[in-house]
Amino acid sequence: MAKLELIHLNKTYTPKVIPVKDLTLSVEDHEFLTLLGPSGCGKSTTLRMIAGLEQPTRGEVRIGGQDVSRKSAGDRNIAMVFQSYALYPHMSVYDNMASGLKLRKMPSGEIRSRIEEVSRFLGLKDLLDRRPGKLSGGQRQRVALGRALVRQPDVFLLDEPLSNLDALLREQVRAELKQIFASQATPVVYVTHDQTEAMTLSSQVALLNDGYLQQLASPKQIYSQPANRFVAGFIGSPQMNLLELPCRENYALLGNSKIPLPTSFAPPPHVVLGIRPEHARIARPEEAITVTGTIILVEHLGMSNLVSLRVAGSESITVRALLSAEQSWQGNQITLAFPPEHTHWFHVETGDRLPDAE
Amino acid sequence: MSSTLETRERRTGWLLLAPALILLALVYAYPIARSLWLSLFNQNLGTELQPVFTGLDNYVRMSGDGRFWQSILNTSVFTVASVLIELVIGMGIALVLNQSFPGRGAIRTIAILPWALPTALIGTTWAWIFNDQAGIVNDILLRLGLIETGINWLGNPLPALLSVIVADVWKTTPFISILLLAGLQSIPGDLYEAHAIDGASPWQSFRQITLPLLMPQILVATLFRFAQAFGIFDLIQVMTSGGPGGATETVSIYIYATVMRYLDFGYGAALVVVTFVVLVLVMAIAAFFLSKVRAATGDR
Ligand SMILES: Nc1ncnc2c1ncn2[C@@H]1O[C@H](COP(=O)(O)OP(=O)(O)OP(=O)(O)O)[C@@H](O)[C@H]1O
Ligand SMILES: [Mg+2]
Repeated sequence: MAKLELIHLNKTYTPKVIPVKDLTLSVEDHEFLTLLGPSGCGKSTTLRMIAGLEQPTRGEVRIGGQDVSRKSAGDRNIAMVFQSYALYPHMSVYDNMASGLKLRKMPSGEIRSRIEEVSRFLGLKDLLDRRPGKLSGGQRQRVALGRALVRQPDVFLLDEPLSNLDALLREQVRAELKQIFASQATPVVYVTHDQTEAMTLSSQVALLNDGYLQQLASPKQIYSQPANRFVAGFIGSPQMNLLELPCRENYALLGNSKIPLPTSFAPPPHVVLGIRPEHARIARPEEAITVTGTIILVEHLGMSNLVSLRVAGSESITVRALLSAEQSWQGNQITLAFPPEHTHWFHVETGDRLPDAE
Repeated sequence: MSSTLETRERRTGWLLLAPALILLALVYAYPIARSLWLSLFNQNLGTELQPVFTGLDNYVRMSGDGRFWQSILNTSVFTVASVLIELVIGMGIALVLNQSFPGRGAIRTIAILPWALPTALIGTTWAWIFNDQAGIVNDILLRLGLIETGINWLGNPLPALLSVIVADVWKTTPFISILLLAGLQSIPGDLYEAHAIDGASPWQSFRQITLPLLMPQILVATLFRFAQAFGIFDLIQVMTSGGPGGATETVSIYIYATVMRYLDFGYGAALVVVTFVVLVLVMAIAAFFLSKVRAATGDR
């Protein structure tokens, strides 16, 4: 119904505190965009600028092609779910959901039918007369969601809506959220610092750091082709191995091993090699390009083992490999292979991704 | 098991309450009971200060005592007017102090000052401010050309009542605003943000969020101030001594005059008893009424 666009958005609190420096992106209908990033990277600030709770220092927020930067929050026709839920404690669940509709002078019959529909959908039917104080955390979360859904807004905004739920409930609600928003034709902007949420829910992930957009891509792409060293290190758990290595001719030297560089870029003096622990595997005897190391730590994760190795022929380089339980080894030495299609290369200084081989 | 635990808890509860209850009995119950007893006697200059049992004579006398009814009326007007004005102004100040602006801490401290000053001092000062010859109020009004000749504020019935109300408002508004400010600060800011996103104007947010969530504090402030204002003595004693012609004579001042000036102890005790009963009744009605209001606004 309404495309959301952010154009060169900037928020400067003080010359030293600039949580959003220059952010340009757009969210189409049916798209679920997640703003992901470490704490303090400006996710909430961005969301609040979209909502109209914060005035951008520079730049524009457009909804449906219209610049709404100067409009008040109430005139933007957006709905927001707060991390704290921000339910009105003195109103019943019904009135909490009705508030935005009453303020917009909707006939009470229509309010009733909308609330009935949404509350049936969210399983809130029996709670409509209760006050938020008499609800469990999960129920409150649902009411907050319901309050946004009945509005049928142009844009949905959610700021870490699951962070106050326990792990089990979070997983369950996460799945429900996916269903709920799949049925909405409206852009959704979702803030989280939990990458599992970002990966499972989103159609697009915007990874922010230090006020800048690091990468805007689908979850799959952001995982398989991180745009820079920061993205590579931020996405994925356990964290990607990022090894700063010297180059000789067209090899990177990792301890005693020579890892061939792709031909898609000229060999630099140093390079950052990235390999996810889950992509490293025990080498087969016939393989030529391998890395051998001494096991210094084994963490049993049930389905797999997370093995930390000190690479042979180096002082300090450690590599972590996530080996499935079937992959066994003997002794305290392991030889790993790094499949070239899962190897990432980054520029040492800029951290940018170096071109992939075709 | 659970019942013994419960009885034990109840016993501990009473034990913990006991000191307060004993104190209350000594400080409140005994004087009231004593007054009740004394009010059944005639003890004044006519009886050479000896108590003579007269039953309910004092109460019969009171029902025909115009000065008593006038003092009740004065007290009521004073109480209702000052508490209402204080609530409105106190709310305004609290809303301002709840905003963040440079120097807020200093202004909050200054705002509480009138409440901390001794009432006698405030009364004297305001008496001078309203003085017909040297008072600053007349001076300002004359300079602005709003009046031709100075008003004898404390010498005329209605202006005198107005003057003591102004002085009382000045003194006790800070108390209300500090109480309301504490309440305002306990309302999470994201409720206002959610409400703004819901499309509410600031005035709608005030009506639908601030007022209902502040109701407990408003309730406490009103009841507390009501009881205080109904018993007002010091401020009026200093400013007008109840004059002119009893126009600002409140119940407390009348009781004081009866007992201390006319040495009519029996009748004074009867006045105390009736005032006490009126106060308790009005408080009960007000508490009931206000809790209804709170429930109503809360349920919306
Ligand atoms: N009103 C404000 N005044 C000054 N600085 C602020 C204000 N609000 C936020 N900041 C600063 O802006 C930066 C970004 O804050 P923001 O709330 O957007 O982070 P976030 O990405 O949402 O982090 P988190 O994951 O912890 O919620 C922080 O350094 C914060 O201290
Ligand atoms: Mg945040």
